[in-house]
Amino acid sequence: MSEKQQEEISTPDEFKEALAYAATVEQETAPVAGVVNAETPDETMSDVLADWWRRVKVGDLGSLPIIVGLLIIAIIFYTQEPLFFSPRNFVNLLLQMAGIVTIAIGVVFVLLIGEIDLSIGFVSAVAGVGMTLLLRLDGPALPWPAAIGIALLTAALIGFLQGWIITRTGAHSFVVTLAGLLVWSGVVLIMTTVYSTAGTIVIQDETVIGIANDYLPPMWGWALWGVTNTIFAFSRISRYRTLQRQNLSSGPVTLLVLQILVVALITGGAVWYANQDRGVPVVFIIVLIFLFFWTIIADRTRFGRYVYAVGGNQEAARRAGINVDRIRVTVFMITSFMAGVGGIILASRLRSVDTATGGGNLMLNAIAAAVIGGTSLFGGVGFVMSALLGGLIIASVENGMGLLGLPSGVKFVVNGLVLLAAVLIDALSRRRRESSGIV
Amino acid sequence: MADAPILELKGVSKNFGAVQALTKVDFETRGGEVMALVGDNGAGKSTLIKGVAGIYSFEEGDTYIDGQKVEIHGPREAADLGIEIVYQDLALADNLDVVNNMFLGRELIGSLRMLDEVKMEQAALETLDSLSVTTIRSVRQQVASLSGGQRQAIAVAKAVMWNSRLVILDEPTAALGVAQTRQVLDLVRRLADRGLGVVIISHNLHDIFEVSDRITVLRLGHKVALFEANKTTQQEVVHAITAGTLSHVPGMDEVEA
Repeated sequence: MSEKQQEEISTPDEFKEALAYAATVEQETAPVAGVVNAETPDETMSDVLADWWRRVKVGDLGSLPIIVGLLIIAIIFYTQEPLFFSPRNFVNLLLQMAGIVTIAIGVVFVLLIGEIDLSIGFVSAVAGVGMTLLLRLDGPALPWPAAIGIALLTAALIGFLQGWIITRTGAHSFVVTLAGLLVWSGVVLIMTTVYSTAGTIVIQDETVIGIANDYLPPMWGWALWGVTNTIFAFSRISRYRTLQRQNLSSGPVTLLVLQILVVALITGGAVWYANQDRGVPVVFIIVLIFLFFWTIIADRTRFGRYVYAVGGNQEAARRAGINVDRIRVTVFMITSFMAGVGGIILASRLRSVDTATGGGNLMLNAIAAAVIGGTSLFGGVGFVMSALLGGLIIASVENGMGLLGLPSGVKFVVNGLVLLAAVLIDALSRRRRESSGIV
Repeated sequence: MADAPILELKGVSKNFGAVQALTKVDFETRGGEVMALVGDNGAGKSTLIKGVAGIYSFEEGDTYIDGQKVEIHGPREAADLGIEIVYQDLALADNLDVVNNMFLGRELIGSLRMLDEVKMEQAALETLDSLSVTTIRSVRQQVASLSGGQRQAIAVAKAVMWNSRLVILDEPTAALGVAQTRQVLDLVRRLADRGLGVVIISHNLHDIFEVSDRITVLRLGHKVALFEANKTTQQEVVHAITAGTLSHVPGMDEVEA
């Protein structure tokens, strides 16, 4: 290819073009030359906003579609049914999104390395059903930590198995996990029908049921809010001061204050509103802990960096000495593990499991949540919090349609359209980014 | 520069099945010099550098680093010996920023096993500064948003950041415009001025003559000539690339007859 270019450029016409191009390049680069070595100029708030708007225009939308989408959803459902904004429904929404957000966290990781995992729905069911069976008082009657531990270990092992097959054979993750989908759906059916002909098994442990059915007392909710927001503010401020001290770009101080205030207001509002009803669900705190933990892993550790590198340019990662296959297998394990956690949350919420556990829209909703939240299907682009944002949209739509009492046919159609919209936004913004040279 | 060459290959050979890619080739690079490696397609240039990089192993001949005989069994070992290779396709991850790319695979770890972004950013800035790479607006911008010349500069900076002694550049200017080629060639010259050994592979003789001190010519797996860049002409080099200047190249006479 390079030889070709070399030959092409030697013809006089193209050489002229090259010269003209070089001139424009020089013009473009000249004004910014030397900025790297100069003192980092203090960015102002308007610089930040201008930069953000410039990125939006070239297709780097970030969280914008989600905020717009949430506004549209809120307006539509509120005008149709004012109860949509009641404290009771708000707490319901937090409960409803917990399982899907948890599973979607794992999906974010598998999408980041440019792969897919279709088995998550039934892997979550294997964990949920497995735990329920292990808790049976007329069966193994294990204590709940053991039952949950074994269930999650099983989920992680399933991920290891699938990831190992994918990396060893080079088979596409779509096909391998599609096979997994079939296998694990069969396993779930066998597991649920082997002990009871009815196929419904009730969870016989109050702690496990409490996971998705207990609420923080109001004062606890506020205490937690105070502690987490103080930690957040301190970590932001100390980071800002380190960057300032080292003369690295830290952004304007206004942005810092704004970030801290907005987070405090949103979370404070959520705690206050939930306290009007039953209080903040315990399960939502669990979900937040997972979100926080995996965000740290993805953004601040070597492993997380390698996940992004493998998704961005596998060959570059390999040449940098990264054990690409080990990263990929680990990611499949994370995805299955988080699916397992989600399965336990979903089982706890329903207080039982049955033959339909893990089926329906679960897998597609979890993948859609990650994509809607801003994680690209093409790998290398995304963030853990997109699971929360996308899960919020999916759960809001389901919740709103439930309030309106729409027939299931309509629900399916709307769900499909929301997914389509998300994928189209991803594809279009990607095309836009590519044409403007940003991935 | 009287010491042993940084890299010296003595009589190395490599074949792929029936194809003899390299036949008893001698090659050397001294510190502070830019050695050009030229030849037509299939001359064995890539095989030679892949051998040095440890991707292939030579069947015959020896490799010396600073006069010490070494065996290089993989990219990691090559890196440990201070050999860095900038491949034509650069091997940068588009979705990561400049700092993350420069440290890819060798991230600095701070407290709690977290990445030390501040230290990495400073080191990246220092390296770019020392190489006088000034066209990059921010080291926190994604590599995808950089021009070809800027990417090449990042790839080179990445290679020299690790106390490397020998940098091998595979076609560094192939996809670049005129102004960007200029920047990259200046950068290559600065590497040599810092005392590093530089090997540059290129098809562009104009670039070669601009930046290199000596020119090794390969043809069909044989080393056919070694020129001092300021004592030869483009015609002479072209002749060596296409027909060979030695009257009796071993094994070549039958082909030419």
